[in-house]
Amino acid sequence: MSTFNARKALLGLAAPLLALLVAFLVTSAILLALGDPVVEVWQTILSWPRPRQFVQIINGATVYYLSAIAVAVGFRMNLFNIGVDGQYRVAAFAGALFAGQAWFPGPLNVLLTLVVAMATGGMWAGIAAYLKVKRGVSEVISTIMLNAIATGVVQWLLLKVAVKQQGSNTISTPPIPESSQLDGLAIVPGASNKVYTLLLLAIVVGVAYWFFIGKTRFGFDLRATGRSETAAVASGVKVPRMVVSTLVISGALAGLIGMPLLFGQDHSYGTTFQAGLGFAGIGIALLGRNHPLGIAVAALLWSFLDVQSNALQIKAGVASEVVFIIQGVILFAVVIAYELIRRADVRLEQQRVARELAGTRSDAPSVEGAAA
Amino acid sequence: MSVPGSGSRHFSPDPAPGPGRGVVAITAAAPERAADPAASDNAVELEGITKRFPGVVANKDISFAARRGTVHAIVGENGAGKSTLMKILYGVQRPDEGTIRVDGREVHLNSPSDAIDAGIGMVFQHFQLADNFTVLENVVLGAEKLHGIGDGARREIRRISEAYGLDVDPDALVEDLGVGARQRIEILKVLYRGAKVIILDEPTAVLVPQEVDELFDNLRELKSEGLTVLFISHKLDEVLSVADTITVIRRGTTVDTVDPASVNARQLAELMVGAELPTPQTEESTVTDRVVLRTEDLVLAGVGDGRNVLDGISLTIHAGEVLGIAGVEGNGQAELVEVIMGMREPTSGLVFLGDTDISDWRTREIREAGVAYIPEDRTRHGLLLEAPLWENRILGHQTEEPNAKGFLINAAGAKADTERIVKEYDVRTPSIFVTAGSLSGGNQQKLIVGREMSHEPKVLVASHPTRGVDVGAQASIWDIIRKARRDGLAVLLISADLEELIGLSDTIQVLLRGRLTGTFDPDTVTAEDLGAAMTGAAAPAAHAGAPTSDAQTSDVQTSDVQTSDVQPSEAQPSDVQPSEAPAGDGSTAPPAVAPPTDHTGDAEESR
Repeated sequence: MSTFNARKALLGLAAPLLALLVAFLVTSAILLALGDPVVEVWQTILSWPRPRQFVQIINGATVYYLSAIAVAVGFRMNLFNIGVDGQYRVAAFAGALFAGQAWFPGPLNVLLTLVVAMATGGMWAGIAAYLKVKRGVSEVISTIMLNAIATGVVQWLLLKVAVKQQGSNTISTPPIPESSQLDGLAIVPGASNKVYTLLLLAIVVGVAYWFFIGKTRFGFDLRATGRSETAAVASGVKVPRMVVSTLVISGALAGLIGMPLLFGQDHSYGTTFQAGLGFAGIGIALLGRNHPLGIAVAALLWSFLDVQSNALQIKAGVASEVVFIIQGVILFAVVIAYELIRRADVRLEQQRVARELAGTRSDAPSVEGAAA
Repeated sequence: MSVPGSGSRHFSPDPAPGPGRGVVAITAAAPERAADPAASDNAVELEGITKRFPGVVANKDISFAARRGTVHAIVGENGAGKSTLMKILYGVQRPDEGTIRVDGREVHLNSPSDAIDAGIGMVFQHFQLADNFTVLENVVLGAEKLHGIGDGARREIRRISEAYGLDVDPDALVEDLGVGARQRIEILKVLYRGAKVIILDEPTAVLVPQEVDELFDNLRELKSEGLTVLFISHKLDEVLSVADTITVIRRGTTVDTVDPASVNARQLAELMVGAELPTPQTEESTVTDRVVLRTEDLVLAGVGDGRNVLDGISLTIHAGEVLGIAGVEGNGQAELVEVIMGMREPTSGLVFLGDTDISDWRTREIREAGVAYIPEDRTRHGLLLEAPLWENRILGHQTEEPNAKGFLINAAGAKADTERIVKEYDVRTPSIFVTAGSLSGGNQQKLIVGREMSHEPKVLVASHPTRGVDVGAQASIWDIIRKARRDGLAVLLISADLEELIGLSDTIQVLLRGRLTGTFDPDTVTAEDLGAAMTGAAAPAAHAGAPTSDAQTSDVQTSDVQTSDVQPSEAQPSDVQPSEAPAGDGSTAPPAVAPPTDHTGDAEESR
C-alpha cells in the first residue's frame, strides 16, 4: 500500500514539474531567438513577491480557483463546459444589478446576490444542457456560441440599465450600497491592500466540490459517467439527467466567479469588468487535474505568473505578454505529460499486478480448479 | 518499451517486394505428413524462447517445431503466454533468449516487416479491414509495391483465391461481406504478402459452427499447398479436429506437444490447467413452477422502417431455471438484455418480475429489485477500468448496502465487502486498490459475478459470462451459475458457447432475426442442430459437401437465401420441440416459427 501510494504521488508530481521545466526551456529558447534578456526575465518572474503582490496573487488565484472548479465539475463527467466564460459574465451582470438595487440590508444582500448569480449562471448553462439532452447538440459547440451571445446580451442590457460614472467614459450597473461592499481581509502583514473576503467562498466551494464529487452517491455517478458512459448506463445512472445536473451545477459555480471582484473591488458590473476568466479556468483545471488542491496550486501559479509579469516591461524591457507564452507552453506540456504519465501508470500497474500474482501463484499453484 | 499497436503494423509499408522471397521453394516439401521431424521438414522452429517483462517471465524456455504443410495448434489458458509468444513470432516483441528458425535458418525478427520477409504472416482475432473499401483495396493497402493497385493486384488476388479455395471476389465491398468472408480476406492479405507460415489468433471466436467448418476446409487447403498454419485457440474440440500437432502452453512454458489422435478434449484441458477439470453439466432439475421473470410480446422497432430488432419475444423463466438463448450475434440478444435491464425502452410489450410489471422501471430500480446483471462486454458495461476494484464493487449498486449510507458513499463498507468478494470468488489481485483494468479478463469477470451475487438477486441475466476468461475462471463461473440455479434464481443465459448453453440450460431457445424461432431440450440437442437453427440454415448437410466449390460462399447471407426457399419447420432437425419446455406452459414457447422471408436482415447478419 505505502509503496503504491508513493509511486502514485511521485508520478502525479512528475507531470506538472516536467511541464514547468519544458515551459521554462521553450520560453527561454523563444526569448533567446528574439534577442531578449533571458536572465533578467526569469529574475523578474522568479523574484520573491512583495507583500502587496502577495495579496494580488491570492486575489487573482481566488477568482481563477472558482473558475477552474466550475470547469472541473464538467470535466469529471467528460463534459467540456467551454461556456464558463459567458456564464460568469451573465451571472456577474445579473448579480451586480440585483445587489445595486439594495433591496436587502448589508450581508443579506451579499448572500442573496450569490444566489441570484448562481441561478443566472446555472440557467445560462441550462440552455446548453437542454440542447445536448433533447437535441443532441455537443456542449462544446453550444457553450462556445452561448459565450458570444452572452457578450451581446450583457452589453445590450448594460446599455439599458447603465449609469454613467463621473469623469469617465465607462458605463456600469448602479454601484452596490456601501453596507454590502466587502472590505477584505488584512491577512498579509505589511501589505496596504487586502485579500478578498470572498476568498472564504472559494474555500467553501473547494471543500464542497471535494465532498460532493468524492463522497456522495451523486459524485460517484458523475465520476462513473465520466469514466465510462456505457458502464454508467448499465449501472443505472440516468445519463441525460446527470448531464443536465452537471452542466447546471457547473454554470452555477461559474456564476460565483465574478463575485469576489464585484464585492471586493469593482462594486458594480461595467465595461471594465475582468474578462477571460472562464478560459483561464479551463487551463487551470487541466493543470490541477480536477483535484481541489491541485487546482488551488495551479490557480496560485497562474496568478503568480500574472502578477510577476507586470514588472517585466520596466525591469527587463520585455512585454509582459511573454507570460502568455509561458502559460500556453505549460498547458501544452502538461496535457502531453499527463497522458504519458497515465500510460506509464497503467503499464506499471499491470506489470506490478502480474508480478505480484506470479509470486503468489508459484507459492500456491494448485488452487486453480477449486469450487467456488 | 512500448508495445506498438499491432493494428497499425499490418498496414505498414512492405519494403521487400516480390513473392516467395527468401523462402525455400514450397514445392520441394511435398506434404508427407507422416515424415520424421527432420530439421529441413520444419517450417518454424522455436528453441528456448524466454521473454521477461520487469518482474514477470511471460515466456520461459518455449520450444516447439511446426512441420511444413501442417496445422500446428497452440493451446493454453488466457494469460498462459500465448499472445506474447505470437508477438515474438510476428516480430512485435523480441525474445530475451532463445532462437527462432524458419526453414532451418535462424532469423531475428525485430519488426513485423522482418516477420513478413521471413514468410510469417498473422491473422488477428479482430479483423483489420476498412469496411468502406473493396477487398482489393484492403489487400493492397500497405503492400502497394508488390503488384500495384490495379489489374496486376486483382489477378494476383484471383490467383491466390483460386489456388487456396478462398473464394474471394476482389471487387466486393467489405461491408457487404459476412464474418467468414472477412476472415478469408485476412488470410488472403497474409498470403498476398508472401507468407508461408500463417498465424491465426483465435480464428473461430467470431464464427458460427458452419463457418468454422468452412474455415477448417480452407486450412486443409492451405496445408495441402505446403503452407504451415499456427492455430491459436481455446476451443479444444476444434483444435482436435483440425490440428496435426498440438502444443500446450501453461504458465509461459511449453508443457507438452501431443498428437491429436492420442488425446481427447478433456485430457488436453487438463494439460492446459494442470488440474482436474469440471464440465458444465448441471445436476438434476431444480425448475419450479414459480414464474420469476416473464416477458410478453416484446417488440423493439428497428431504425427507420427496417425490420424489428426484437419481434414478439415472449419468454418465461421460473425459479431454479436456466433459460439459454442461442443465436448468432446481432440477432437481438444484446437488445433483449437491454430491454429487460431497462436500458432501452421497448416499442411495445411488457416485462414482469414476479407479478410486478417492471416495463416502465429504470435500470437502477430493476437492479435494486434483485436483477443481477453480467453484461456481455464487461469492459464497456460492467467495469470502470480506470477505477480501483472497490469502486467497481459499488458500480451498479450505488444505492445499496454496504455501498451507500443515505446519499453518501460508504467507502469503508464497500472496501470491506470488496475484500470479501476477492476472497470468496477467488479474484486474483494484489489488493483492492489496483485498477480493474490491470486484472486479467477472468479475474475481472469473477469480480463482476461476485458483485452481482452479493445483493440477494432473484434473477441473473448473464450475457456471455465466460467469454474471454481462462478455463479456471470459467469453471468457477459455471459453478456460480449452477449454485444460483439451486438457490432458486431465474437465470437468463445468453452465450455463443454452445457447449456452455447445452451444459447449463434447462431450456434453450434460439433467437434469429429478433424472433424466438425454436425451443430445444439441452439433453438431446447437439451443437450442430443449434448451429443450423441459429443461422436459419436447413440442415447441417447444406454446406458439408463441397469444400472448394461455389457453396463456399455460404456465409450467413447465402444461407439466408437458402432458407427462405425451404420450409423451415420441416427442414429443422428433429430435436425441435414446439412448445415443450420443461415445466413451462405452452404460451411461453412458441413453436418453431418460420423465419421472415424478407431479406432486410441480411445487412444486419453480415455485420
